[in-house]
Amino acid sequence: MTSSGNKTLKKNGSIGGFFNKLIHQQIFIPLAALFLLIIFNLIADPSFFKITMGESANGYNVLSGYLITIIDRASELAILAIGMTLVTSASGGQDISVGSAIAIAGSVILRVLCGTNSRPDHMQAPIIVAFLVCCVVAMLFGAFNGVLVSYFKIQPMVATLILFTAGRSIAAWINNNELPVISDPEFAYYGNFIPGIPIPTPVFITAACIIVIALVLKFTNLRLYSQSVGINSDSSRLNGINPQVVKLITFVILGLCVAVAGFIKVSRLSTINYSVVAKDIEMDAILAVALGGNALSGGKFNMTASIIGAYVIQFLTTTLFKFNVSSTAIAAYKAVVVIILVVLSAPIVREKLGKLKEKVLPSKSAKEAA
Amino acid sequence: MEKGAVLEMRGICKYFPGVRALEQVDFTLRGGEIHALMGENGAGKSTLIKVLTGVYPKDGGNIHLAGTDSAVNIRSPQDAQNLGIATVYQEITLCPNLTVAENMYIGRTKSRLTNWKKINEDAGKLLESLAIPALPTQQLGSCSIAVQQMVAIARAVDMDCKVLILDEPTSSLDEQEVEKLFKLMRQLKEKGVGIIFVTHFLEQVYEVCDRITVLRDGKLVGEYIIEDLPRVQLVSKMLGKDFDDMADIKSESDTEKIDYNSTPVYEAHELAGTTGIKPFDFSIHKGEVNGFTGLLGSGRSECVRAIFGADKVTGGTVKIDGKTVHINKPLDAMKNGISYLPEDRKRDGIVGDLSVRENIILALQVMKGFFKPFSRAQAEAFADEYIKLLNIKTASSDTPIKSLSGGNQQKVILARWLLANPKYLLLDEPTRGIDIGTKVEIQKLVLKLASEGKSVTFISSEIDEMIRTCSRLVVMRDGKVVGELKGDDLNQNKIMATIAGGESK
Repeated sequence: MTSSGNKTLKKNGSIGGFFNKLIHQQIFIPLAALFLLIIFNLIADPSFFKITMGESANGYNVLSGYLITIIDRASELAILAIGMTLVTSASGGQDISVGSAIAIAGSVILRVLCGTNSRPDHMQAPIIVAFLVCCVVAMLFGAFNGVLVSYFKIQPMVATLILFTAGRSIAAWINNNELPVISDPEFAYYGNFIPGIPIPTPVFITAACIIVIALVLKFTNLRLYSQSVGINSDSSRLNGINPQVVKLITFVILGLCVAVAGFIKVSRLSTINYSVVAKDIEMDAILAVALGGNALSGGKFNMTASIIGAYVIQFLTTTLFKFNVSSTAIAAYKAVVVIILVVLSAPIVREKLGKLKEKVLPSKSAKEAA
Repeated sequence: MEKGAVLEMRGICKYFPGVRALEQVDFTLRGGEIHALMGENGAGKSTLIKVLTGVYPKDGGNIHLAGTDSAVNIRSPQDAQNLGIATVYQEITLCPNLTVAENMYIGRTKSRLTNWKKINEDAGKLLESLAIPALPTQQLGSCSIAVQQMVAIARAVDMDCKVLILDEPTSSLDEQEVEKLFKLMRQLKEKGVGIIFVTHFLEQVYEVCDRITVLRDGKLVGEYIIEDLPRVQLVSKMLGKDFDDMADIKSESDTEKIDYNSTPVYEAHELAGTTGIKPFDFSIHKGEVNGFTGLLGSGRSECVRAIFGADKVTGGTVKIDGKTVHINKPLDAMKNGISYLPEDRKRDGIVGDLSVRENIILALQVMKGFFKPFSRAQAEAFADEYIKLLNIKTASSDTPIKSLSGGNQQKVILARWLLANPKYLLLDEPTRGIDIGTKVEIQKLVLKLASEGKSVTFISSEIDEMIRTCSRLVVMRDGKVVGELKGDDLNQNKIMATIAGGESK
């Protein structure tokens, strides 16, 4: 019925009509949050948006500025948000092991590149091989979670708790608890800059991931299948869909996202710290999905909104850093903002807001009805 | 207020964006009467009930209750309850893991200390006075659905209600259970309670009600005393047009036209599953409509589920057009041209949050394959075609299916399976819980499909409906096929006798 209301308003073509249409869109919440953050920064300190061309440590021209930091640093989160959205949709639960899985993925890459020596002079294998091995391993761990969830019907959060707990130990074990360091500058390209290109490489990798998922959603039935399984798995089965396979596939896709994110993470530093790398990123990834207005109980999803959600989180973090909030206090500030956003995006609040608006500016459809 | 009235609703209006759900509706309930509220799906029955019980705020009109001077303002279900308006819904809204007594008093012990001994005693007395066969200390979940329904009514009665609303209480009950429920309703009537009875079953209305109020398209058609309104007229008032006689659709699918010597479209031998049915043989020919009948739990649904591969199949051979095939899961059946409309629409049929369009294309899309999605334009064309063909009432093809009325949801599921273009359709209770107009539409559709050369297996708990549509009936009892009836044997008495097992004597 809202859609018919929207249609009449669309015909009006007024700004109010456009706004009303927008407010009913799922994507409105993350966009509004982004907008508010931008306004806040514009008022507090417009220099936030300054982008300068400066020289990097190794003598190339690169862009720098807070905005560049945001789109660079949000890369891992945005990539994870893709997989987390799919898992949420199909299984109605979340994977809390992605941080630990990133530690494993990163550890595997370093292990392949270093071979037996933890500080080699040059890499022992091509980067692409290391990356592919890491993809396979991460997808296997994803499949492990997926099998527990789909075939053993364990709650996703409980199932992934196993890897959440064990992952970082497994990561350390892969490299015999040593801290390998890659000295070859080529490896650092993927997490920093490719010489001569002023934009950070992770931005391109993220863009590639977004394009790939957009194509997958367009040219396959992944969206229909995972939504349908998430909403009503019994119906889906009677329509010929295999719900278990669909759930498993979403976990494997998340595994692939973990591999890419892990690759960027280790490339940034050319080394790894098992207990710290990608710490708490699972919570941010889940938050990105929630900020995107997606129901964490599964079903319908909006991928774009989730990805924007990821950038909103990074925007917020960077803003807080800029205002010299200590890194220990950041979590508390984030929590406040998150509470506001989540409450605002709750359907019950939106309904109330809609009614309030109706009272202040009665829309045409209400007038007609009266 | 009218003399003797316990409830008067005057000029009730309720608008939803773009829809006038109720327009100037009047409704009067007198003490000690059972008043049927009739209308097709979407006529405004549920909306009227929800306005009365405070679920929806009304947009206009007044509600008066006996004993209050001014109009009352009902803002929440709690308000309604305090004013003596009690509701029993189609689905049991009590807690199955609590005892009967706990369910009757939960949430209304207020400030007084919970004295379980006294509560159990009170509950026992009440249950006894209403002749409800349940113990206060028994777990509610261990009672039959009918008894649970009655406990819900007992709870309402004990709250000293003046108005009792029964919203389709009989749709999940069998005949004897319905009879018990009616007895209880008559008892309450004697005590002066006004009962509003919402149902789709015409027979029940004529059996138990005193008055009928008919709604159509959100407007009041009229209030009638039951003796003054014969069935045919009631139906025509509900539909708003002269009702083409139900007898008209009496099976024209001349049995002679079906070639029983040809290879059956579907043939099963010793088909067995894990759901408690005995291995059975079954076949159907091109253009034939047959049915599985039997009491609830006799295994009729399990049979069609086994044919579709919905449950695990453990043995037997299946031939489609004479060729042996293996059907182990729904997709196998679908690829062999079999469609299945499940009994429980909500649980197994609809995908609630998805749009009407997505629900329509779902099965065909799955058959086409994961890597070959329909274009948006193609999907819309399919959806629009079937929305028009089956006359599905929906704001647009983008509307989530869960916001449609039951009958329209059922049509969407039918559309889904028609679009898949099967040669053999399994329809399990396609007409349950939907209004009479849609029922007839669906029956006609079944016969039309058969005349186009499709085979249909039809299950319904209404034997009339089965006799009208089927040319052959497979009768089941306790998970076993106990008989097959066709031709002149297809009459109510013979079917009843076979179901009951009287034919062996």
